[in-house]
Amino acid sequence: METEVIKPKNKIHPHKFTLWVGIGSIVMMFAGLTSAYIVKRNQAGWVTYDLPRSFWYSTLIIIFSSITLHLSAKAFKERAMSKYRMLILSTLILGVLFIVLQFMGFKNLYDQGLDWKSHVSVSFFWVIVLLHAAHVIGGIIALIVMFLKAFSTKTRIYSMVPIDLICTYWHFVDVLWIYLLIFIIMIK
Amino acid sequence: MSTVTAHGSTHHEAHGDEHQEHHHHETFITKYVFSQDHKTIAKQFLVTGIIWAIIGGLFSVIFRLQLGNPEATYPFLEDFLGHWAKGGKLQPEFYYALVTMHGTILVFFVLTAGLSGTFANFLIPLQIGARDMASPMLNMLSYWFFFLASVIMMGSLFVQTGPASGGWTVYPPLSALGDASSGSKIGMDLWLVSMAMFVVSSLLGGLNYITTILNMRTKGMSMTRMPLTIWALFFTAVLGVLSFPVLLSGAILLLFDRNLGTSFFLSDIVVAGKIMPNEGGSAILFQHLFWFLGHPEVYIILLPAMGMSSEILSVNSRKPIFGYMAMVGSLFAITILAFLVWAHHMFVTGLNPFLGSVFVLLTLLIAVPSAIKVFNWLTTLWRGNIRFTPGMLFAIGFVSLFISGGLTGIFLGNSALDIHLHDTYFVIAHFHIVMGVASFFGMFAGVYHWYPKMFGRYLNNTLAYIHFWVTIVGAYLIFWPMHYEGLAGMPRRYYDFSNWESFKNFGGLNQFISIIALIVFAAQLMFVINFFYSIWKGRKVTNQNPWGANTLEWTAPIRPGHGNWPGEIPEVHRWPYDYGKDGKEFIPQDVPVGADESKH
Repeated sequence: METEVIKPKNKIHPHKFTLWVGIGSIVMMFAGLTSAYIVKRNQAGWVTYDLPRSFWYSTLIIIFSSITLHLSAKAFKERAMSKYRMLILSTLILGVLFIVLQFMGFKNLYDQGLDWKSHVSVSFFWVIVLLHAAHVIGGIIALIVMFLKAFSTKTRIYSMVPIDLICTYWHFVDVLWIYLLIFIIMIK
Repeated sequence: MSTVTAHGSTHHEAHGDEHQEHHHHETFITKYVFSQDHKTIAKQFLVTGIIWAIIGGLFSVIFRLQLGNPEATYPFLEDFLGHWAKGGKLQPEFYYALVTMHGTILVFFVLTAGLSGTFANFLIPLQIGARDMASPMLNMLSYWFFFLASVIMMGSLFVQTGPASGGWTVYPPLSALGDASSGSKIGMDLWLVSMAMFVVSSLLGGLNYITTILNMRTKGMSMTRMPLTIWALFFTAVLGVLSFPVLLSGAILLLFDRNLGTSFFLSDIVVAGKIMPNEGGSAILFQHLFWFLGHPEVYIILLPAMGMSSEILSVNSRKPIFGYMAMVGSLFAITILAFLVWAHHMFVTGLNPFLGSVFVLLTLLIAVPSAIKVFNWLTTLWRGNIRFTPGMLFAIGFVSLFISGGLTGIFLGNSALDIHLHDTYFVIAHFHIVMGVASFFGMFAGVYHWYPKMFGRYLNNTLAYIHFWVTIVGAYLIFWPMHYEGLAGMPRRYYDFSNWESFKNFGGLNQFISIIALIVFAAQLMFVINFFYSIWKGRKVTNQNPWGANTLEWTAPIRPGHGNWPGEIPEVHRWPYDYGKDGKEFIPQDVPVGADESKH
């Protein structure tokens, strides 16, 4: 007779798993865009340009925001709620600052005459970076919800799942930005 | 022990303990419109898919009228098509719009959303033993994004300049320049926006299917005990989640080119003597992005049909599926290869011949897992106690069409032969048989087989048999002659062949194909009538397991409520193919393994 041994499994939460598959999907979209970029790069008439400084500053900001978000998750775990609220607010502000800096970067490019239709290499930059920014804005909306919930007196949250989800997503858009930045610098 | 969340329980916790929450009060809106029940969402996908299939099918009938009798006029056409059929004669611009929309509707709205959306939603929770999907909310959103995509695409049919008309592959420059043709204007923008919604719908669905299959299986339902339908739907979802985003990126770039003056896909274009300002783009780049989705899309359409047919063939042969692991392995191999063959659609774009030969090799490799599957289907049938239910007939029809259409794929996968055959009716015949009609047969097989579970009633059998025979004979009569036309060089997408001496002699054949197409379309309308009539008036199902099948959905009540099983979710003790084992006709998956039972 077959005997079945049931092993206790430490399974990943379905929502977290869904997020990971979703991340795979987003990666494929950017893989499509960056590979199109490489194909175009190897064709004649490609122009190069210098990246405005704001984009570099935005990189520091998003890295910093990942750290504050990580610390906020840690604070949440320790139930240090006032620290958690402060850190989640900091992350939110840093996220908004990231978008502002990117906007300034784009404005700088525009002022130099490097708008989205000036040349195909610049067009790629605009589309790829704007799409990334759209994903960061999605994260900012999630952070606003988390922030409002943290201050709500009606409900108390104990589940780690939402904070884990936003952490994973935020770190992902952070890493994605670093990848895109390196990619664009390396393959000018 | 971890805490139990609404839809996040672990294997053994998924039993029964969530059921209570599904008995909340439901209104008409929450039960039938914004439902989060996977079974209702499946039916929504199916009904929307059927409506689209009628529209898409009707379009093919209209353009077949033109191809069959290019000289004739049909005054009734003007009555409902207006200036698109001035004087009863279909206008060339609208002919192109019709073929474009026929392809778009059938490939995406019917055979992707209608097929995967229906059966992944309906079968995944029921066959793996789950109360619902991992995220019923995302699931509901998946349908409503599809609905939104449908409304936008439908809207594009009614704009003055007509819907998109550059072919379902929307190649630039026709799709990128508003001035290129009437179908390049607002209709094309609506096409892109609709497809973006469609991609979101597919992604939300796909994320859910994958997570549900990997996380929500009932106790004992190991991966190797999953029905092949689930395996196929799993790989389909993986393909969709990884390939649709690439189409989305292509569509975004195209939207930029169309509306914001970028030149991703445009360079050195002259429209009506006017030089366009676009420089530096490449139309071929779009083809790469499109076909990176476009080829996996073929398998997104085909794999669910393969999975369901495997299931139905085994159930109705009263025999275990032959080579279960080989079937799973070949599905896996097809999934991998699906991502590595996209450039075989582009052999004549000036592709480097060496690169072309790599794609030839990879394309021809698909014949290996395909042949394994065919062999296993045939050996499953071999010496079985076959019951020719309508579902079974359609499953056998699927195998037949897959073989016939697959064989011509070997010709087209060869880059040298493709130079001659590219964009001819040979290609039309090939992909309609292997992907279009074969997948439709898988879908019909699924509908006939699972209809009793969906609606608690049977479809009318006599009409079902007529439907099958007219469709299988008709499909071959329509598409078989097209191979000859294609070999003779007759190109696809032409409005009228009577202008060319070399194709004039195909006039009679084209007429014959058009007549058969009309008959086959009528048979499909008969199916639609049978489908809707039987929902209310069909013979009631009185047996919980009418086909004597082993999978878990047949252990649920005849009309399962939200949550699927009223008590505990059944435990699984065996694979789903114990047919004819130890003298028993069938042993469902939830029956414990007996002490004296032989191993399978």
